[in-house]
Amino acid sequence: MTDHIETDVVIIGAGPVGLFAVFELGLLDIKCHLIDILPKVGGQCAELYPEKPIYDIPGFPMVTGQGLVDNLMAQVEPFNPTFHLNEMVESLESIGTPEAPLFRVKTSENGTTFVCKSVIIAAGGGSFQPKKPPIDNIEAYEGTSVFYAVRKMEMFRNKKVLIVGGGDSALDWTVNLQPIAKRLTLLHRRDAFRAAPHTVEKMRSLVAAGDMDLHLGQVSALKGDNHVLEGAVIRKDDGSEHLVDCDVMLPFFGLTMKLGPIAEWGLNLHENLIPVDTEKFETNVPGIFAIGDINTYPGKLKLILSGFHEGALAAQKVHRYVYPEKKLLFQYTTSSTSLQKKLGVAA
Amino acid sequence: MGVIHVTDRAGQRHTLDAIEGWRVMEIIRDWGLPIEGLCGGACECATCHVFVAEEWMDKLFPPTEEEEDQLDTVVTKPSSRLSCQILWTPELDGLEVTLAPTGA
Repeated sequence: MTDHIETDVVIIGAGPVGLFAVFELGLLDIKCHLIDILPKVGGQCAELYPEKPIYDIPGFPMVTGQGLVDNLMAQVEPFNPTFHLNEMVESLESIGTPEAPLFRVKTSENGTTFVCKSVIIAAGGGSFQPKKPPIDNIEAYEGTSVFYAVRKMEMFRNKKVLIVGGGDSALDWTVNLQPIAKRLTLLHRRDAFRAAPHTVEKMRSLVAAGDMDLHLGQVSALKGDNHVLEGAVIRKDDGSEHLVDCDVMLPFFGLTMKLGPIAEWGLNLHENLIPVDTEKFETNVPGIFAIGDINTYPGKLKLILSGFHEGALAAQKVHRYVYPEKKLLFQYTTSSTSLQKKLGVAA
Repeated sequence: MGVIHVTDRAGQRHTLDAIEGWRVMEIIRDWGLPIEGLCGGACECATCHVFVAEEWMDKLFPPTEEEEDQLDTVVTKPSSRLSCQILWTPELDGLEVTLAPTGA
């Protein structure tokens, strides 16, 4: 039995813009659930540049990516949003009418189903997915011999494993899989690794003891028939090539962003972006909104601050779908006792 | 002012007017060639990966450790650079780069 959740709004993407939408919706008494494919909140800010300073957030002369996310989390705390992390929205289906929209949203990982009155897509550049190296014919081996993540270590017992990359994932799996693999080879483009020093040291000692191989270079081709890998051709910087015998290849090249299933939800798209109006930031489907980097309109600027503005305006229209009978009164947090009560700061 | 020459993934060579102080990634993007530049030039994504013609390699500032870390996440050649880390100056008039392939 899969989980079934009824709520006012589902927000797809828990980056800064999705988080601030929670605040704007919360002020209007609208409840929401957020879904994100990453295991943490913050989107690009937390995944790509947590330590990088940002200088163009109004009111913050300087804030880091992670600092901004932490502050936004504190800001939405009074509204108690529910987060569904490590989940990707697979399908979005309209089950209402244009006047009274209703949607069924399903996620992939453990198949949660949501029924909601509005959907806000705040998915930035799309969903984070493992970067696939541009190697000819690599797709033919995916799922049988090429894997971008380790789900079950046992799959690699007694296999000749080739790990490619020089970051934490590559090094962690190197030292974890080495004891059970028949032979483990680590391939990296240079003799420098950006992983935890003790893991790098452990790898180096395994190499020194002859218990695994380290090669410097790049995979230039894959060998093997019928989706079964038999070897990888390694090209060194000097142009020389040699074959590494392997049954399995695990490339760890970090994450990239792909539009993913969003393309299949019946929304108009323009160069992988979702066109919206600039009054409500609503898509061509009434009740589905798009805010932040994923939308487009004349004059669009891909700035976090634009996404904040877009969320505030979208919330106004969402209110009409969630509370069709209620008149919306415009209020300021500085003066409205009712807003201050919602924020838990009323005197 | 000057120009840069960019060979796209179909092998077609484009000559683009360059602007001093712009990053090569920004020049390529501004002319509408297919370069992703996902992170916007923050050296955080490697989607602006290019191969620099050999005769130009020595004329560029060497890559920072940060750029090397990002180059670790793509399939490189010795001529690999991230175009967001190359600031265009008149000394780079005629710079020759090729857009690197993107993964699926």
